[in-house]
Amino acid sequence: MDRYTEQRIADGLVRAATAIVLAVLVLVVGVTLVRGGRALLANPAIVVTPPGSTYMLDGAGGFLHAVLGSLLVVGPATVISTVLAISTATYLQSDYSSERFAEYANLFLNVLWGTPPIVYGVFVLTIMIGAGTRASLLAGILSITVFQYPIITRYTDEALRSVSTELKETTYGLGATRFETIRVATRAALPGVVAGVIMGFARGIGDAATVLFTAGGSTAMPGGLLEPATTLPILIFQQATSFNAEVRSHAYAASFVLIVTVLALIGASKLLAGRFARYTPGGQSE
Amino acid sequence: MSNESTRLRRRLAVEGASSVWFRAAGYFALLVFGVIGATLVWKSLPVLTEYSLVELLTSATWDPARNSFGFMPAIVGTLAVSGISMAIGAPIAILTAIYLAEYATDPWKTVISSFVDALAAIPGVVFGLVGLIVVVPFVGDYLAPVFGVDSAGQGILTASLVMSIIVTPFIVSLTVESLEALPLELREATLSVGATEWEVTKHVLLRAAGPGILSALLLGFGRVFGATIVPAMLIGSQTLVPETVFSPGQTLTTIIVNDFGELMSLPLTQSALIFVGLLLLVVVWLFNFAAMLLRRRLERRWQY
Repeated sequence: MDRYTEQRIADGLVRAATAIVLAVLVLVVGVTLVRGGRALLANPAIVVTPPGSTYMLDGAGGFLHAVLGSLLVVGPATVISTVLAISTATYLQSDYSSERFAEYANLFLNVLWGTPPIVYGVFVLTIMIGAGTRASLLAGILSITVFQYPIITRYTDEALRSVSTELKETTYGLGATRFETIRVATRAALPGVVAGVIMGFARGIGDAATVLFTAGGSTAMPGGLLEPATTLPILIFQQATSFNAEVRSHAYAASFVLIVTVLALIGASKLLAGRFARYTPGGQSE
Repeated sequence: MSNESTRLRRRLAVEGASSVWFRAAGYFALLVFGVIGATLVWKSLPVLTEYSLVELLTSATWDPARNSFGFMPAIVGTLAVSGISMAIGAPIAILTAIYLAEYATDPWKTVISSFVDALAAIPGVVFGLVGLIVVVPFVGDYLAPVFGVDSAGQGILTASLVMSIIVTPFIVSLTVESLEALPLELREATLSVGATEWEVTKHVLLRAAGPGILSALLLGFGRVFGATIVPAMLIGSQTLVPETVFSPGQTLTTIIVNDFGELMSLPLTQSALIFVGLLLLVVVWLFNFAAMLLRRRLERRWQY
């Protein structure tokens, strides 16, 4: 085979592989939108209706409890993990820490980032067993916080790393303290930080393995911090294999809601990153 | 004048407080790491003192109600799912990454990269659901009969097919990153001695980006290894050593999902399942550390 034929074959393979990836994306999104859309069109009220008493058997009512549960678990978790993540990333990317420590901590953060979500779930569950408590909204928040922390830290760290050294040197040159310099640097890194927080939120809202045992998967409206709750991914997981077609269709509708939310968040993070670019030195203004 | 000095004092106080807070946050990263490991070890101890590690890992009978905890079926299932999904996903991912980094020009490049990002962001449960709707009937009604096997559709292969979709965008983005980090001179020099685009990729770029790609593969393997929801929905959940790729099976993660609810009251079972968590943690952490060390070593050796 001469080298030009090889070039043409490679060319074809590379394009074919890309086409496969795109086709799979279209298939996954398409099936979810069509099946979920059909279930939603048949009865759009299920998104805002609380579940009835026989919900798991015949799908009486709707899945408002899971929508609310998702927001109540992932919202607070994102706030807590964002505060922690920005602090950690700041420490590692600034003159507060030694380079050696930052290198080791980054190694550990990378490993945490690759840790399977189910391990975080088992971890929080083990703590719950130790404390003698049952599944609750609080435990769900805790496990999602631990899950999001390395993700948001990583994005924030990358954003802070891209801030030019000159900017920091200039602020120090004006007599600023380390904290004041960090504020300037964080502001310059804002697009990346915001994108990272949104990505963390999107990952958190889509994950089922961490909250499966910790939040509990209840079929009632969330009642309080120490009451069990459920989230959209848990609902989909539990109902996808139900024998009742009505219950299954709720899982399809819920995955429609979930995929639209996640894709919208990704889009928003890209747009916002562009908008916040005006805070970066040399970034576009509007 | 005194106004000036109170301001300075306030600034320095803020500076001091921030130093304490940030230091605490920096060590928090290590703390999380340590606490997770320690907690899981602590609760795994009951089952580890009762049975030997070798016995747990090599016994094929899993019957928590009778206190026999053999992880062999789950280990085989996990390795099978990880192996098959990497075998399908890795070549497609690397080829797509080559297209994105080397072939695609701008309007397409941006569009396709954002599609790959979107694929990476879709929650696992949604893949599981689509798997149930599309892949399960496909395997059960079309693929299995072709091979003369009777299958309900749920099994090792079904889970692997869907996992290969999930791991692909992950490997793509890491591979694109290492390919794009290579200097342009490398391509120019090779092209200028008359190499075709594919020869540049094959002989120079893949080799120079090799450490990054290898670590991407290891990280991807770690991802599949710890994947939970998709296998739980698609593998058929039977704790037997699978005979063919169409057989239903169990992975280390799905065994936790399937057995936790009902058996949580039995302390030894509880400990055995927490031990599975520990096992996952150890293996995935080893993979991650290995990926980083390998990358560092190879980058030193394969210098261009």
